[in-house]
Amino acid sequence: MGIERTYAEINARIKSGKAVVLTAEEVIGKVREQGLTKTAAEVDVVTTGTFGPMCSSGVFLNFGHSAPRMRMTRVWLNNVPAYTGVAAVDAYLGATEIPEDDPANSDFPGEFRYGGGHVIEDLVSGKRVKLKALSYGTDCYPRKEIETSITLDEINEAILFNPRNGYQNYNCAVNTSDKTIYTYMGTLKPRLGNAHYSTSGQLSPLMKDPNFATIGIGTRIFLGGGIGYVVWNGTQHFPGWLKDSEGNIVGSAGGTLAVLGDLKQMKPQWLRGTSFRGYGATLTVGLGIPIPILNEEILRFAALSDEELHAPIVDYSNNYPNRVGGNLGLVSYAQLKSGKITIDGKEVPTAPLSSYPKAREIAHTLKDWIQKGDFLLTEPVQLLPGPDAGLTGKTLEIRS
Amino acid sequence: MAPHKIVLRFDSTTSDQPIIYHLVKDYDLMVNIVKAQINPHLEGTMVLDLDGEKYEEGIDYLRRQGITVHPLNQEVVRNNDRCTSCGACTCHCPAGALYMERPSMQVHFNGDKCVVCLQCLKVCPVRAMEVRI
Repeated sequence: MGIERTYAEINARIKSGKAVVLTAEEVIGKVREQGLTKTAAEVDVVTTGTFGPMCSSGVFLNFGHSAPRMRMTRVWLNNVPAYTGVAAVDAYLGATEIPEDDPANSDFPGEFRYGGGHVIEDLVSGKRVKLKALSYGTDCYPRKEIETSITLDEINEAILFNPRNGYQNYNCAVNTSDKTIYTYMGTLKPRLGNAHYSTSGQLSPLMKDPNFATIGIGTRIFLGGGIGYVVWNGTQHFPGWLKDSEGNIVGSAGGTLAVLGDLKQMKPQWLRGTSFRGYGATLTVGLGIPIPILNEEILRFAALSDEELHAPIVDYSNNYPNRVGGNLGLVSYAQLKSGKITIDGKEVPTAPLSSYPKAREIAHTLKDWIQKGDFLLTEPVQLLPGPDAGLTGKTLEIRS
Repeated sequence: MAPHKIVLRFDSTTSDQPIIYHLVKDYDLMVNIVKAQINPHLEGTMVLDLDGEKYEEGIDYLRRQGITVHPLNQEVVRNNDRCTSCGACTCHCPAGALYMERPSMQVHFNGDKCVVCLQCLKVCPVRAMEVRI
């Protein structure tokens, strides 16, 4: 039956400085060397990491009150609009928001040099950010306009809340058409000129706990260089299994996480404003999750390697935009990381959009925090729906 | 007058054309090929020293062929603090100046190989590549 561990036992070992923590990369070699049972008996925690563009990111800000007070109806930060249907001086700035005067794609392909993600990076870098707000004025909030500037230190709260981060797995994107296309998976050259993918594979958090056996509401995580929490499943949370043509499981599918943390604790090197030519602006986010090795089964998944994890190859020139199902085959992360894959007999160069070296750094940082006793594991108050929940995506139908 | 240093960029329909032959034979230009590269997609870049009385006519000829021409008076540099080593640039660098070291997956930039085509500036998601004039 092997070992069984509780969160309390693991935390007691962390507090006493005796916990054995390995990164998701390190544990692969350990299991290959000495087997699952012996490794499970030794290792308490496996740390994961990922550092890639995560569009569904944003920050709730509370600016504090001016004199006279103001109920902010419209807010701009460095000219980027924030959503204000919250409370008087609160706003939510989304990573993909762009300035109203941005030419966007009217001069195709647009550059999207600055957006909400860049404002978040500027704030977390300590830079001064222009705040402009308008209001209709009320008896209790008479001010109708304000132009000032803020820094992260000067405002009350800045809560990073990302409703869909940490995608479990993602497409390998290609372009089968005759012209270059500009996507959220980067610039894709015609006639299968390149293939882009975007996960850290064997380091990727949700690929290493595909059953959601340990990750749930309240899981303490590395978020943007600070400490954050999993607060819910993410939007479009459709965990499941990726299967080959013979029905064998070759990886996990599309679980996602909603995460939250205090921006004031975070660091700009882990929250990076990002632009995709012809597509838009976003934020690259550093995320790391510890996986407690409660039993051998959890370790078995946590020790899956790039050879065992696969992504579907999807055509972004026709199939993806038109919601045509199917794919051009499955490819392992080991093949993707080798720099070339073969599609329909053609050798296609590959490149990632998420940084593997940074994912490794996150996994090591989290390992370090745990080993020093600075970071204890939390037992989720509720686990997230796993593959057995049978969640699948709904489509939006066009009705008259 | 010193030769003009220029960068040519070819797409797959022009990279197989005998343009050097025509520059020499038809326009009487002196050509020194500093760097030349064709990638597996048959896209090419070439850095030339070009000199001669019919220089402007030679450049017009190149442009008529659909070859982009710009002067080599710029240098591409990488802002190492901004680069996240994601790798999005590596499929787009025709000269192999931006490449991924394996198995570390660290992205490196070799400025000596750069032909200043500026593709990396367009595809880098975090704007880590910059031009120095």
